[in-house]
Amino acid sequence: MAKHHIEAKVNGDAVEFLCETEDTLLDVLRDTLSLTGSKEGCSSGDCGACSVMLDGRLVCSCLVLGCEVGGRSVETIEGMAKGETLHPLQQRFLEGAALQCGICTPGFLVASRALLEKTTNPTEHEVRYWLAGNLCRCTGYDKIVTAVMDTAAAMRKG
Amino acid sequence: MRYEAPESLEGAVALLAGAKGETRVLAGGTDLLVQMRADMVDPELIVDIKKIPETRAVTEEKGGWRIGAAVTGAELKEHPRLKQVWPGVVEAANLIGSTQVQGRATLGGNLCNGSPAADSVPALIAAGAVATLAGPKGKRDLPVEDVMLGPRKLALTKGEIVVSFLLPPRPPRSSDAYLRFIPRTEMDIAVVGAGVSVTLDGAGTITAARVSLGAVAARVLLVPEAAQAIIGGRLDQAAQQRLEAAARAACRPIDDKRGTTEFRIDVAAVLTRRAALIALDRARTS
Amino acid sequence: MAETNGHPQANGQHYVGTRTIRPDGVDKVTGRARFGADFNLPGQLIGRVLRSPHPHARIVSIDTSKAEALPGVKAVITRDDFADQPSEFIPAGEMMMNYKDVVRNVMAREKALYEGHAVAAVAATSTAIARRALKLIDVKYEVLPHVIDVVEAMRPDAPLLHDDLFTAGVEPKPEKPSNIAKRVEIKQGDVEAGFKKADIIIEREFKTAPVHQGYIEPHAAVATVSEDGSTELWTTTQGHFIVRAHCARLLGLDIGKVRVTATEIGGGFGGKTVVYLEPLALALSRKANRPVKMVMSREEVFKASGPTSGATVRVKLGARKDGKFVAGFAELKYQAGAFQGSPVQPGTMCAYAPYDIEHVHVIGYDVVSNRPKVAAYRAPGAPISEYAVESVVDEIAKKLEIDPIDLRMQNAAREGTKAAYGPKFGPIGLEETLNAIKKTEHWNAPLRKWQGRGVASGFWFNIGGETCASLTVNEDGTVSLMAGTPDIGGLRASLAAVAADELGVPYDKVRPIIGDTGSLGFNFLTGGSRSAFSGSLAIVEAAKQIKADLCARACKLWEARPDQVEFSEGHVRPLGALAEKVKPMSVADFAKVAGKTGGPIGGVGRINAQGAGPSFGTHLVDLEVDPETGRTTILRYTVAQDAGRALHPAYVEGQFQGGAVQGIGWALNEEYIYGEDGKLQNAGFLDYRMPVASDVPMIDAILVEVGNPKHPYGVRGVGETPIVPPLGAIANAMEAATGVRFTELPMSPPKVLKALKDKGLSKA
Repeated sequence: MAKHHIEAKVNGDAVEFLCETEDTLLDVLRDTLSLTGSKEGCSSGDCGACSVMLDGRLVCSCLVLGCEVGGRSVETIEGMAKGETLHPLQQRFLEGAALQCGICTPGFLVASRALLEKTTNPTEHEVRYWLAGNLCRCTGYDKIVTAVMDTAAAMRKG
Repeated sequence: MRYEAPESLEGAVALLAGAKGETRVLAGGTDLLVQMRADMVDPELIVDIKKIPETRAVTEEKGGWRIGAAVTGAELKEHPRLKQVWPGVVEAANLIGSTQVQGRATLGGNLCNGSPAADSVPALIAAGAVATLAGPKGKRDLPVEDVMLGPRKLALTKGEIVVSFLLPPRPPRSSDAYLRFIPRTEMDIAVVGAGVSVTLDGAGTITAARVSLGAVAARVLLVPEAAQAIIGGRLDQAAQQRLEAAARAACRPIDDKRGTTEFRIDVAAVLTRRAALIALDRARTS
Repeated sequence: MAETNGHPQANGQHYVGTRTIRPDGVDKVTGRARFGADFNLPGQLIGRVLRSPHPHARIVSIDTSKAEALPGVKAVITRDDFADQPSEFIPAGEMMMNYKDVVRNVMAREKALYEGHAVAAVAATSTAIARRALKLIDVKYEVLPHVIDVVEAMRPDAPLLHDDLFTAGVEPKPEKPSNIAKRVEIKQGDVEAGFKKADIIIEREFKTAPVHQGYIEPHAAVATVSEDGSTELWTTTQGHFIVRAHCARLLGLDIGKVRVTATEIGGGFGGKTVVYLEPLALALSRKANRPVKMVMSREEVFKASGPTSGATVRVKLGARKDGKFVAGFAELKYQAGAFQGSPVQPGTMCAYAPYDIEHVHVIGYDVVSNRPKVAAYRAPGAPISEYAVESVVDEIAKKLEIDPIDLRMQNAAREGTKAAYGPKFGPIGLEETLNAIKKTEHWNAPLRKWQGRGVASGFWFNIGGETCASLTVNEDGTVSLMAGTPDIGGLRASLAAVAADELGVPYDKVRPIIGDTGSLGFNFLTGGSRSAFSGSLAIVEAAKQIKADLCARACKLWEARPDQVEFSEGHVRPLGALAEKVKPMSVADFAKVAGKTGGPIGGVGRINAQGAGPSFGTHLVDLEVDPETGRTTILRYTVAQDAGRALHPAYVEGQFQGGAVQGIGWALNEEYIYGEDGKLQNAGFLDYRMPVASDVPMIDAILVEVGNPKHPYGVRGVGETPIVPPLGAIANAMEAATGVRFTELPMSPPKVLKALKDKGLSKA
């Protein structure tokens, strides 16, 4: 079976690629488009390290086929900063030591940004439950949750 | 492996009916892709139904709601009216997996994956939802409790797909609730799932009820005896005990890595009671 | 929120002890940082491993011919591609392993000893082809009966894993082989005499299940072997020098020919201190003459890396009625997995270490069974034995009606206490952590029915070890820092702060990297809570060399005597009368004239770091149990731990918080679930249940700082102790909430509900 020829948008840029039916979006991002910021932790949708936005919706890219994204828009961690300016979440994660090994960090940042785009004033409970699909083994989540809430507060101040 | 994304029901049915080897329908992919990666299934053909308009729509129909089989849990949650009318169905769909999974998971996929532990199915059954199927012989309707026959066994014939679900019109003072037991707070497959729907009269007496239990038998159960236990009253202590007993009696669970038989029976009783109390409370204030 | 006993900025120190931004941070928040699986080499092949489906089987034959014939397959390897290794013990993290076992764990030889054991591997031009090739390899197994549970494996009639394994540490030497690899013990005084003096004796048996370190990043390696035998390897590891040593040995290469780069590492916790994929990738690359990339799936990580021991532990503790412990006995039986080497030795040493007890006797058994070979997991061995002891301490406190913190305080090890495992403690902070907990608002907060509060203390020795790190002053006065221990949680930030303060240069002018094995002398791995402790010592040494060198250069420039110059606060300063003639020169000033004054400026610290100080911690937890379902919710958690001196407070707090949450998972939900068939039933994150963000509250971290006198900044390792107290603290809280003493972990809902029902405490 010939490969699928897909045209899509990734982080605002038009891309085109070939993929097999069984290639996931994560495979395509990492192996074909060389966007290795999204990580493969489990391939079963249980760890969130591969989180991306698909047409504005937070999803696990390991649960999307590459051939599904024709004509659609994907946003990954690589598109989060604007030029040299980090997103407030990225900046706050750094200042708040909300990462240790950093492997889960791209997933958490993409997921947290999706939350803050929906809710400007999440409670700690809401933050924890929204991020329940992102596993972290290093931090115990404390500083991550604090960083998300601090960022929300800072963004509310404008 | 072929991938097709037909834009009509007829197209999808023709592909599925005419396929020679193993085929799978793709909606959210939250089960299929995991199974493919784990080498549990190696389909020759994947039919993506998300481009078929009937599977993606949420519309009012004859006083009820028709929900496309490929509408995601997240979209259900964002629908402005659905969660007021059917909070149990919406919360059940939004307990599946994580925020990321809810961004993709669908009611159709959750049912057709054929797991008795599926979160949305007890809520749909308690709601009295009816599945509309489309196949080579045309369309037909099937109550959701009759779709899943056993683990990975569906009542669908070759070429048939689930198109949408019809939730019936809601009488006043009606509501529903879904609770599940998991050892953590999120992410686990339900060890027990309980969906309850009730309708009250003006005095607050339960005049109609449906109770459904998941993960406690080879299929998701509709438990008429449990409903009978609470109809005609206001869920007093005695009714709660009858309800629990009926739930216990209906369970035929297995011992597995997620829970023992004894545990599932005990918790089924507890959750059924708790879900009924929540549904009752919601119905009173609806 | 963290409180700290910290000192004000003193001696001109500016960065140590502050919350600097880590230098590798921007790359990590933008996705630019390259972890193991993010590396690719042009022309690389994909390698995959064929693994035994049987927990115990003789490998009768392996036919790879069909796989080799598949187009796209460039190499296939089996046991025939690895020379056998004679018996030789080597460090594996803080444990020991034997090369004869290493070569067999990496690729099975006579037998498959666990489900998931590597039996063959292929390298092909795509993942799809590699996977298909595995299916074409025909392995004939003679399936054997298996045994997994440690007590079962110790029985004389248990299925035998190795017919050449005879129990060491027993007299007379046994004649029959056994699954009991070793017996260890520590003894102090006479416990029998001690128990006679006890007014109360509590004896209990505990059981724990195997758990996995749970790092989110699977193992990954990219290897390339040239025709002349020079090799390069990128791998996600806690110790690239160790990887180099193992790979050189297993492949018969000179160590100098193997160059290993440690990629960024996505978690290790001890599980990445040994080799799995690396020798396979190298062997495949050598055979295929092309680079080979290998990445484990999550299922492979669970089935074929190194989860820690499941164990059975018996504890007997005697005390006087005034609370003084008089005798402590324990017998530990730990699973080693398929080959010997469980952490039972450190387990025996740590069991009673927090307490000053006159009579102590702890026996440990290292037992093999048909599950993956154990690797280190954060304070290996200690969480298990200390869970048991802390549970019994709690029972004694209850029976004697003594406050559990006061009881521990009364018996606490202090400076000068002789630990049962040998040394006398220098200054230590156990008491301080107990006091810190007692002073918290948490300790006195009210509780409701079905809520319980538990406290427990814990200990880990921490190690030093061989370390090599360098500082180089560049022409513009910036400083390049090269460390040799992979950074798993903020090391570069801490070392950069130390270098900045030592040399008096701004923090952002120090650029730290982790050097590859070709760039530095030998470094022992990141583990044992040693990387900040040892690394900072090496950096201090390197800085000392630079400072001495700059003083010498100043003497030349100023025509001065050595006693007329000194280095302080980032400058070589002229003293006395000389100060009127010349001005002080900074590091950057010297950098400009480096060539003219003798050449490049730099220093290398090459040490075997000694004087690591133990870190004690005390944890406090509130939880609530749902009596109808057995589900536990952690309500509140406070950690107080002695860091000696926190080089970077936020990353020290992070260690406390991360370890506590791993402990929560271990106590409540994590376990390896095996079927009767010896196969793992929960080899994924769905059913291997690690805590998610909604499962835990904020973890309050209290930094206690009782300086380690053997380190110029007072640093103690901190990374491991945090996982030691949670098991006991949570078990004690469960007892307080339910009245039931749980002696089996995890305390998962079905177990809790059953226990409550058996005691008539549940309405379910």
